[in-house]
Amino acid sequence: MKKRLLSLILITALGAAVIGCGNNENVAAGDNSEVPKSAGEKIELTNVSYDPTRELYAAYNELFKAHYEEEFGQTVEVTQSHGGSGKQALEVANGLEADVVTLALEGDVQVVADAGLIDDGFTSEFELDSSPYTSTIVFLVRSGNPKKIYDWNDLIREDVGVITPNPKTSGGAMWNYLAAWYYFEQQGQSEAEILDSIKQLYANVVVLDSGARGATTSFVENKQGDVLIAWENEAFLSLAEYPGEYEIVVPSVSILCQPTVAVVDEVAKKHGTEDVAKEYLSYLYSDEAQQIEAENYYRPSTKAIYDKYVSSNDSNTITEVPADGKWINNNIALTDINHFGGWAKARADHFADGANFDSIYEQ
Amino acid sequence: MELRKENKVLKYFLITISFIFLGVFLILPLVYIVITALRDGISGYINAVSDEYAIKAALLTIQATAWAVIVNTIFGIAAAWLITKYSFKGKKLLSTFIDLPVTVSPIIAGLIYVLTFGRQSGLYPILDSYGIQIIFAVPGIVLATIFVTFPFISRELVPVLTAQGTDEEEAASLMGAGTFTIFRKVTFPHIKWALLYGVVLCTARAMGEFGAVSVLSGHLRGKTNTLPLYIELLYQGYDFTGAFAASSILVVLAVIVLILRLVIENKGNKELDLNK
Amino acid sequence: MTRRKSVIPGFGISMGITITILSIVVLIPLCSLVVFSAKLSLSEFIDTVTKPRVLAGYYVSISTAFIASLINVLMGLILAWILVRYDFKGKKFIDGIIELPFALPTAVAGISLTHLTTTNGWVGQIFYNLFGIQIAYTRVGITVALIFIGIPFVVRSVQPVLEKIDKQYEEAAFILGADAKTTFKKVIFPEILPAIISGFTLAFARCIGEYGSVVFIAGNTPYETEIAPLLIMSKLQEYDYSAATSIALVMLGISMVILSVNAIVQANVSRRVNGKI
Repeated sequence: MKKRLLSLILITALGAAVIGCGNNENVAAGDNSEVPKSAGEKIELTNVSYDPTRELYAAYNELFKAHYEEEFGQTVEVTQSHGGSGKQALEVANGLEADVVTLALEGDVQVVADAGLIDDGFTSEFELDSSPYTSTIVFLVRSGNPKKIYDWNDLIREDVGVITPNPKTSGGAMWNYLAAWYYFEQQGQSEAEILDSIKQLYANVVVLDSGARGATTSFVENKQGDVLIAWENEAFLSLAEYPGEYEIVVPSVSILCQPTVAVVDEVAKKHGTEDVAKEYLSYLYSDEAQQIEAENYYRPSTKAIYDKYVSSNDSNTITEVPADGKWINNNIALTDINHFGGWAKARADHFADGANFDSIYEQ
Repeated sequence: MELRKENKVLKYFLITISFIFLGVFLILPLVYIVITALRDGISGYINAVSDEYAIKAALLTIQATAWAVIVNTIFGIAAAWLITKYSFKGKKLLSTFIDLPVTVSPIIAGLIYVLTFGRQSGLYPILDSYGIQIIFAVPGIVLATIFVTFPFISRELVPVLTAQGTDEEEAASLMGAGTFTIFRKVTFPHIKWALLYGVVLCTARAMGEFGAVSVLSGHLRGKTNTLPLYIELLYQGYDFTGAFAASSILVVLAVIVLILRLVIENKGNKELDLNK
Repeated sequence: MTRRKSVIPGFGISMGITITILSIVVLIPLCSLVVFSAKLSLSEFIDTVTKPRVLAGYYVSISTAFIASLINVLMGLILAWILVRYDFKGKKFIDGIIELPFALPTAVAGISLTHLTTTNGWVGQIFYNLFGIQIAYTRVGITVALIFIGIPFVVRSVQPVLEKIDKQYEEAAFILGADAKTTFKKVIFPEILPAIISGFTLAFARCIGEYGSVVFIAGNTPYETEIAPLLIMSKLQEYDYSAATSIALVMLGISMVILSVNAIVQANVSRRVNGKI
């Protein structure tokens, strides 16, 4: 009896392992086959992306699947992975087999390229520096804006608790930091003064999460801090998810965030998915896709669609998602990464070990 | 007798403290999970747990757990046998290495596999030419799970085998029994309850591993997302009900495992009493 | 390997299995950690692992783990005591749930503990409104998560020893006129001390390395609530592999030291006990 019990347990365990293993082999076969797929076969594509794009790509993958089936007669199954942009880039560089990467900034795609996985010139592979959609950085505050936060200089007031992720691990947080830097620069501050202001801002940070989503969760679900420095798309999503609880405050200046997409050439070659990967990314520029991007609060790059979503109301406080769906606020002065000399320089100046960001935490 | 009377106050004091402590630290989080999981009603709960990705994640977790149990059982028996039945140089060192994984941070556990099998490692081109993918794939998850539960089974076996001594095996051996006969007929009956207990512990811990797996999973939805990683994904996707619903699957599994443990312990104790 | 001849067969096969699995799962991967950090020169290594922020990380990890483990020693002792010595309703239940922290995924534990202890959570608001203590996102929160993680260790190492203590000694002590306090101090405590130490060191070692539950409840603010494992994680995410492996190596060293201290203590105790006999 007891022996039977024991062998039963072992057999169950073994059985489970074998069944699971069988599944896994199927997956592996799909992953590693080097033969280009023939028509009618299911194609598997892996898209490694950053935190806030979950909803966007969930919608886009459906659209793309239908498009590809209609155009090429093949079914594409897209597997998604989301996480902090820097972490995701590193994992791809380390052997996570992504056919395409859609990361928060060019600098992170560069990391994958530096590992020898992406051919040079990826920023000119697709239109507009390979950024099919853009975003910017805004503030999310609690309903009624109890702390009267209107611009970047309010974030360094002593009574304000700020939530922003760690720029060393989160792409979005780098944009946050650079936008703040640009504001203080516009105020005519010297570099030492800017650094001091940034230091005060980060002294107000209550929770320094490792990714944009973690930061949003801290602010929205766990009610930490008075203001969340957020991706515009994250801010609108919170507004839509929790109507009446939050307001978006559009600061006077911010930065144009250009998330970068690229085909991971080495992996796509190995999987025989180069064509479908390329199609996947270029289709992001189609009108249908641009529409989905706009619906998910990313700023579309196609002018006609962009204009369709521009709000007539340019008040700097947005208390609800506009009923007509026109959400883009143009009343904001945007700088871009070129102001900081490109990503390589921005990274070296601000985010490398011992650079500006580290210096503000030195005691 | 008098001792007991004197301690009545103390007894209830200590019991009360214990109930409060466990109530706050163990029961309250469980209650919270269940309540949040049911926030959207039963149908919301059923939808959340029967989601395609939730099921795939659960299967992957079961698979990794099963592998961890099998490997650790084989290893645990071999190692415990080796440590208790023979004396040899380096035994202390060996025991220390076996215990080490428990004290190593799960993050480091994940990291070492990334370093060993990742693209920057010397092993990568060799494995890649055979089409073997370890990290960011199922084998890596299995390895990490084995690592964090590594000593669990051998640890349960060593004290039992030490207490039992080597006399019976020596006698059997002198009478001409072979290794496996000795193990099956002499040793196994002594260790079976400890072994089962080890298996239960190993299962429990393997199901819930998060840190180590998180480092080397790649978070591929439907492929390398284990249940704990899937919960994190839902949690960060504002789907708190879904996250807690998926958590409740693990809570239920954990409770089943704990009940199994009690049953095993009771049976084991009864059998010991009979033997006496 | 040399060994004293044993008549029991199977040395070769058990040694073979043990060494093979141990090598694949533990030794080879650990070696790659050492190899990788060896890419830094010694001075670079020391520089990396002694940066103020890294030192602060060790401090946060070690201090919270220490406090949590001390609390667990006290509570573990009480729990083991009531489970062994008293009969009461719900005893089976308590005995059954001790391993819960083992079985519950650390991330799930972290998420629910965080929700409970934020300033508007069930428990958090009581502490915040009555005492002005904030739990989640502070070191107190980290300690709470670590207490949760460490509960089973002390209970489960003290419990079996307590069960085995011969009642005769206590009775003898009582007959000789010792009161309960003295009996506990002079008779019981020395017997269970090695088990307490062993439980403490295991809980302590486990808590220092804990990541899953802590990362949700800690505020992750540098110098304040940034734990050492999180530092490794963020170094990894900054593409700084050598720094990550260096910090990991130091933490590995700390684990080794803790394990060795425990081994030495246990060896001394068993020598003393054996010496007595």
